[in-house]
Amino acid sequence: MRIIVAIKQVPETKSVKMDEKTGTVIREGVEAIVNPLDLYAIETAIELRETFSSLVARRTGHESRVTSHGARTCAARTENAGTSEVIGISMGPPKAVTALREAIAMGFDSGVLVSDSAFAGSDTWATSYILAEAIKRIGDFSLVICGERATDGDTGQVGPGIASFLDLPVVSYVSKIELIGGLKPTLRVNRLVEDGYEVLSCSLPCILTVVKEVSVPRLPTLRGKQRAKRTEIPVWGRDDLDVDLSKVGVNGSPTRVVKIFRPKVTRQCEKVLAKDDESIKEAVDKLAHLYLRLLCR
Amino acid sequence: MAEQKDGRVQRISHELLSRGLELAEKLVARRSSHGSRVTGHGSRKKLSAVILGHNINTNDLEELIERGADEVIAMEAAELEHFLVEPYAACMLKLIERYRPEIIIAGATSTGRTLMPYVAVKAHAGLTADCTGLDIEGETNNLLQTRPAIGGNIMAIIKTPKFRPQMSTVRPRSTKPAPRQRNRKGKIIRLVPSKEDLGSRIARMDFIANEEEQSLGEADIVVVVGRGIKRAENIPLVRELADSLGAALGASRDVIDRGWLSYPHQVGLSGHTISPKLYIGIGVSGAIQHLAGMQTSESIVAINSDADAPIFSVADFGIVGDLFEVVPVLTKQIKDGIFREK
Repeated sequence: MRIIVAIKQVPETKSVKMDEKTGTVIREGVEAIVNPLDLYAIETAIELRETFSSLVARRTGHESRVTSHGARTCAARTENAGTSEVIGISMGPPKAVTALREAIAMGFDSGVLVSDSAFAGSDTWATSYILAEAIKRIGDFSLVICGERATDGDTGQVGPGIASFLDLPVVSYVSKIELIGGLKPTLRVNRLVEDGYEVLSCSLPCILTVVKEVSVPRLPTLRGKQRAKRTEIPVWGRDDLDVDLSKVGVNGSPTRVVKIFRPKVTRQCEKVLAKDDESIKEAVDKLAHLYLRLLCR
Repeated sequence: MAEQKDGRVQRISHELLSRGLELAEKLVARRSSHGSRVTGHGSRKKLSAVILGHNINTNDLEELIERGADEVIAMEAAELEHFLVEPYAACMLKLIERYRPEIIIAGATSTGRTLMPYVAVKAHAGLTADCTGLDIEGETNNLLQTRPAIGGNIMAIIKTPKFRPQMSTVRPRSTKPAPRQRNRKGKIIRLVPSKEDLGSRIARMDFIANEEEQSLGEADIVVVVGRGIKRAENIPLVRELADSLGAALGASRDVIDRGWLSYPHQVGLSGHTISPKLYIGIGVSGAIQHLAGMQTSESIVAINSDADAPIFSVADFGIVGDLFEVVPVLTKQIKDGIFREK
């Protein structure tokens, strides 16, 4: 079973700065991290690999070994159905390779960086297109897992977008995953919606986007970090993928950012001290008068 | 793109009509040089409500017309009873091909945020997520979409100059439902999807309803409890306040990670992003990740014993005091109906 996890490197939310003159986000000198919501996808994939391996081991009566492949050889079909591996894929500038190394340090077998100046400025449509092509090149996968959304773009569109390009089903907002069956598994998942959880069954291959509830991310181990440092991470660009260059980058993207601006901060907090019976009553009256009167049923 | 649940049209549909009416009128008011074709009611663009489902309540469909739709296109089949991405997308794509809309808006709900990107890819359309503002650009008649990004720290205006349709998901509760006008006339078009569009590799097996009556994303008032509550046994104090207000109950990440409330309650970066009319933070300090999930709320009130808590930096009104003293008084006042007078 091959699992591919799409991850994104994002700026640390608290250190995002804006150039007020040009209206662009300053990314230089800002700490880049693995999208926090991708950590749940990373952990889920590692756990599923372990579950799958033990399912197979139980079936075949011997321990199946997880082998690690270099991503360049990934396209070669794994004949041994008992083998399972997790491959990270990320699109971004060359420095996004560190996000993949972090995933490897947590337990991924390998990673692929999709990076090319021609891809820069791609919107979610174009990003989904490029990632879907890279996933096709890796090939022979059972699952693609993504975080619910990235904390910079906040769209949550790329997971379903990849699924659509690959013509595969997608289950979004997955909070629980059960792998059912051995060599030809299906999934039973909970999907978090507004008023509860849908319980869905899904055939493989498919795409999942997961929420925090799905797993508790592990920390990278020292051994993992050493392995991550040694692992060679291939970089795939325009020549490695079957992408139509007129459909990528700023010019190939259907949407265009007209401008960005800082939301008006009009709030000025009126603070009242509530320290004894009288001041508590006053504070509560004021709150009720200002904010509750019109709102309550 | 209206939404139904158990055959009943959901409120987000009426909010979308509100947006749609505004856009339809602006599209005519600012006619482009290449001339926009005027159809349907009066002099503005036609506004259609599309709804997929099974045995959808007919009164609810008529209500869509009373709230501004010129026509309602209802596609019904047993396979469309609940949202499943493949049949819903296949049906939408057929409708896009048939009606060639200029703009499609859907709710930024669990359905809309899954269906729309799936459809946009296949329709080669531009899609903007979670918009809080929609407008029409003069001259070009392009849709201008305003949305928060990076946890609400910046706002972006996005357009789709060359591709059609222009698609957006719209944040629930970011506008009022369009008012109902009795006797407003319009057409209900009932369509039966073709069998080939109804296949799905995902099957719905069961549904587990939330323990809470009010869902976070749909409530006008959300009361959010933070670590200041100290222990699980104290949660009922805040729940009672929420209940007395008819508010939804939310929690900061700390409270969830300690297991005091379940994950669907979480507000913040790794939980729900909410923008209710009124947010009330109880013992919430306001970590940046939390602020990212609530700072677009219309009004923000906080009760915290630490006068320097960052939550106050985004609040309109703050009570600096011991929540265990303040909250019971507040709850009692509400139950006594202080705000109902006059």
